[in-house]
Amino acid sequence: MNQFNYLHPASTDQAVSSASSDGSKFIAGGTTLVDLMKLYVENPSTLVDVNDLPLAQVESLPNGGLRVGAMVRNSDLAFHPTVKEKYAVLSEALLSGASPQLRNMATTGGNLLQRTRCPYFRDVTAGPCNKRNPGTGCSAIDGFNRTMAILGTSDHCIATHPSDMDVAMTALEALIFIEGPKGKRSVPINDFYKLPGDTPHIENVLEPGELITHVEIPPAISTKQHYLKLRDRASYEFALASAAVVARVEGGHIHSVRIAMGGVGTRPWRAHEAEAVLTGKPATPAHFQAAAEAALRGAKPHTENAFKVELAKRCVIRALKVATA
Amino acid sequence: MSDCRIQLTINGQQTSVEAPPMKRLLDVLREDLDLTGTKEGCGEGECGSCSVRMNGELVNSCMVPILQAHGAHIETVESLAIDAELHPLQKAFLECGGAQCGICTPGMLMAATHLIAHNPNPSLEQIREGLAGNLCRCTGFIKIFDSVITAAAMEGSRTHAR
Ligand SMILES: Cc1cc2nc3c(=O)[nH]c(=O)nc-3n(C[C@H](O)[C@H](O)[C@H](O)COP(=O)(O)OP(=O)(O)OC[C@H]3O[C@@H](n4cnc5c(N)ncnc54)[C@H](O)[C@@H]3O)c2cc1C
Ligand code: SF4
Ligand code: FES
Ligand code: FES
Repeated sequence: MNQFNYLHPASTDQAVSSASSDGSKFIAGGTTLVDLMKLYVENPSTLVDVNDLPLAQVESLPNGGLRVGAMVRNSDLAFHPTVKEKYAVLSEALLSGASPQLRNMATTGGNLLQRTRCPYFRDVTAGPCNKRNPGTGCSAIDGFNRTMAILGTSDHCIATHPSDMDVAMTALEALIFIEGPKGKRSVPINDFYKLPGDTPHIENVLEPGELITHVEIPPAISTKQHYLKLRDRASYEFALASAAVVARVEGGHIHSVRIAMGGVGTRPWRAHEAEAVLTGKPATPAHFQAAAEAALRGAKPHTENAFKVELAKRCVIRALKVATA
Repeated sequence: MSDCRIQLTINGQQTSVEAPPMKRLLDVLREDLDLTGTKEGCGEGECGSCSVRMNGELVNSCMVPILQAHGAHIETVESLAIDAELHPLQKAFLECGGAQCGICTPGMLMAATHLIAHNPNPSLEQIREGLAGNLCRCTGFIKIFDSVITAAAMEGSRTHAR
């Protein structure tokens, strides 16, 4: 491990000014960052520990929504009574991710910024990787790509976004609140993540020194929700395909629906096309099938992951079925 | 960054260590404090064999830089037996064949202790969930689940403590 400075600010202002130098990184639960530092994939020169910031609250908002501090642990969020009652899709997604041990450490802010599990990205001896070393090439395109993305890929990177929580947050249209050297701003989660394009090392809109302070989830009144995750083993594995559904069903018809997919995209994948197919239609298997086809229409499989196209369709169909039942 | 001095309470005893700030809690326990009960399986958060309780939460000690354990209360597998008297969970693991090579066992015991502390009579489903972060390459898990069920039924499985 390389040498680095370690700072432990007590306020968000201090945290932001401490992190403005090049090469500084915030550290929250450390379950992504410590891992990648041990692998020499991340080599920050300054670590700014955000564990003492007053950002660990979950609060109901006057509009019926929920405000979740960046330091709220994944396990606390999953078991929060309001989340269980009103945002089941989020609780289900969180509990399907990682392990109890990891969820006790992992935070909301850190989860939003977790890095891909692409094996070439995680191994500095494994050959070229545009995300780790911009401009060097992508080993996965002609290599091991069974777990890689089929949506939103480019000729420069096909890495899957690994999160479950962020998929549920996408279906819930969460707003991400950010504080930085230039002030405060908020970004809808659907505008937060960037496609890899020819700069796969730039994964989101955060600028250097910017801190996620909290997330706001709009009310999801009278909706039915479900998160379904399909993976190689029953627990404790990243998604091969997952789907988050938030739907309002009236008299057997789908009044409105939001669908997001995980495990298949280079970012948490909002399936607008599938939503358009379903809106106003009866909640029937034929319409679910049509929605799934629409969701995967743009899929570009690679040598080893064509199975994900069918898997993701079935995942969307089953999630819709369970959610609207 | 040079070594830092970290104070922490381990199995009820206050102690302090001097270590590089990113040294893993796992290594501090094993190398600086001679508490070698906690085991390393993967070192990447995947296997749970390094599980300890930190401020009452179950965590992977291979993922905790020691600087983040400053002031913390840590419980390791060494806290379970009182002198020669094994904890009911340890007895049950012996009785039911819940341990074979033993690498996963300390982590399993800590996860099971944590589970029973919150839920004295866990169902099989709850046991599976509670041990979901702990992998075993030997037993096939069934005997481990049996061990936890057996221990939960034993006198003192919850109250046994230093
Ligand atoms: C073995 C294993 C299995 C896993 N399985 C799953 C799974 O199945 N599903 C899943 O969704 N996840 C899984 N994860 C990932 C886990 O959920 C993430 O590692 C975790 O959510 C990251 O949160 P953290 O607080 O530990 O982040 P950290 O490691 O502390 O930080 C991650 C990144 O976010 C930045 N950061 C942290 N907080 C802030 C903030 N407030 N503002 C700005 N930047 C910030 C850090 O600088 C760093 O770049 C797994 C992880 C492991 C190790
Ligand atoms: S898919 Fe992306 S992360 Fe993986 S090797 Fe290619 S460039 Fe790197
Ligand atoms: S050694 Fe810590 S989880 Fe495997
Ligand atoms: S007893 Fe060998 S890994 Fe579990």
